[in-house]
Amino acid sequence: MSLKSPLGQVMGLGSARGGTGHWWSQRVSALALLFLGLWFAAELICLESLGYQSLTTFMSSPVNAVLLVLLVATLFFHSLLGIQVVIEDYVHHAGLKVVVLVLIKFAHVLAVALGVYSVLRVGFGA
Amino acid sequence: MAEFRLPPNSRITKGKLFQAPEGAKNVRRFVVYRYDPDSGENPRVDTYELDMDQCGPMVLDALIKIKNEVDATLTFRRSCREGICGSCAMNIDGTNTLACTKASSDVSEDVKIYPLPHMPVVKDLVPDLTQFYAQYASIKPWLQSSTPPPPDRERLQTKEDQARIDEPSACILCACCSTSCPSYWWNSDRYLGPAALLQAYRWIVDSRDDATGERLDALEDPFRLYRCHTIMNCTRTCPKGLNPARAIAEVKKMLLERKVSL
Repeated sequence: MSLKSPLGQVMGLGSARGGTGHWWSQRVSALALLFLGLWFAAELICLESLGYQSLTTFMSSPVNAVLLVLLVATLFFHSLLGIQVVIEDYVHHAGLKVVVLVLIKFAHVLAVALGVYSVLRVGFGA
Repeated sequence: MAEFRLPPNSRITKGKLFQAPEGAKNVRRFVVYRYDPDSGENPRVDTYELDMDQCGPMVLDALIKIKNEVDATLTFRRSCREGICGSCAMNIDGTNTLACTKASSDVSEDVKIYPLPHMPVVKDLVPDLTQFYAQYASIKPWLQSSTPPPPDRERLQTKEDQARIDEPSACILCACCSTSCPSYWWNSDRYLGPAALLQAYRWIVDSRDDATGERLDALEDPFRLYRCHTIMNCTRTCPKGLNPARAIAEVKKMLLERKVSL
């Protein structure tokens, strides 16, 4: 119960003057994922086998490795944006929300680092 | 967290049955949400059987008949009975609409009538719209112009300029759209909701208004505007056939357009 006026409550802390970048990034990364995803699916279908040898050969090609790095990075970037929205929508405890948002960010950066490192490691034939 | 179950004191119990008068041939059942804050009891649903041969065609006719002839304690808002005041907005047969323009015959089985979803209930079918009206006030729904009006006439518009605000001006602020929106259910403390955003759009595209940039500034917020996830319930439920979802999309496009780099 607050005696603050209804209008005052709605105005709250004012406009954050943001959100457009997030919204646009989500759409552009979705478009990028469409192209990268189609490429990746097509490549997998065209591979002779899905065995270790066949895949490492595929990843040792510079073009394939670069596109795979882009796919991994874009995928987790898009995932981060989406999960952030879900958390903002449904987690209403202010402190918990901040903690979860930060943890989600850490997890996604870690996932990108692992993914990129893995692609490069295989790509460079280690 | 989001509430997926009603709090214990809001859970609905079974109510009374008011049987049709003897000799009634054309009987329909109206199942109506009842809540009396003075009783301290949980909400209930009462069932009213009406003789449709003695009742007008619209759901509002049935509600008025119930109040006049069956159960005077039933509480609801109504005024114009022709879809222009927005008072009798309620949830009928699972969809938010105006009781005065919704025909009982459009509902196939029992006519289920509830207040607008996810709003505090004052009594029976009357929701508390205080926050909804404050949200409308917050978008400054009046002309803001630094240009003095011509001394001898009104501010002129082209027909095309007027056409852009024709549709959003037809909104009657019945709150059907906002209370149908899941984003509004979960975050109405910060998300303005489709009705207020449609009106914000109405003033943003008004050719006589000079405050377009400030209006866009006020909306550019992850919660005020961007909680809209294009669910489209607003457009589907609008009893006036308006399209708040498209207006919100247009605002997003304008915010993008004014950014230097995409």
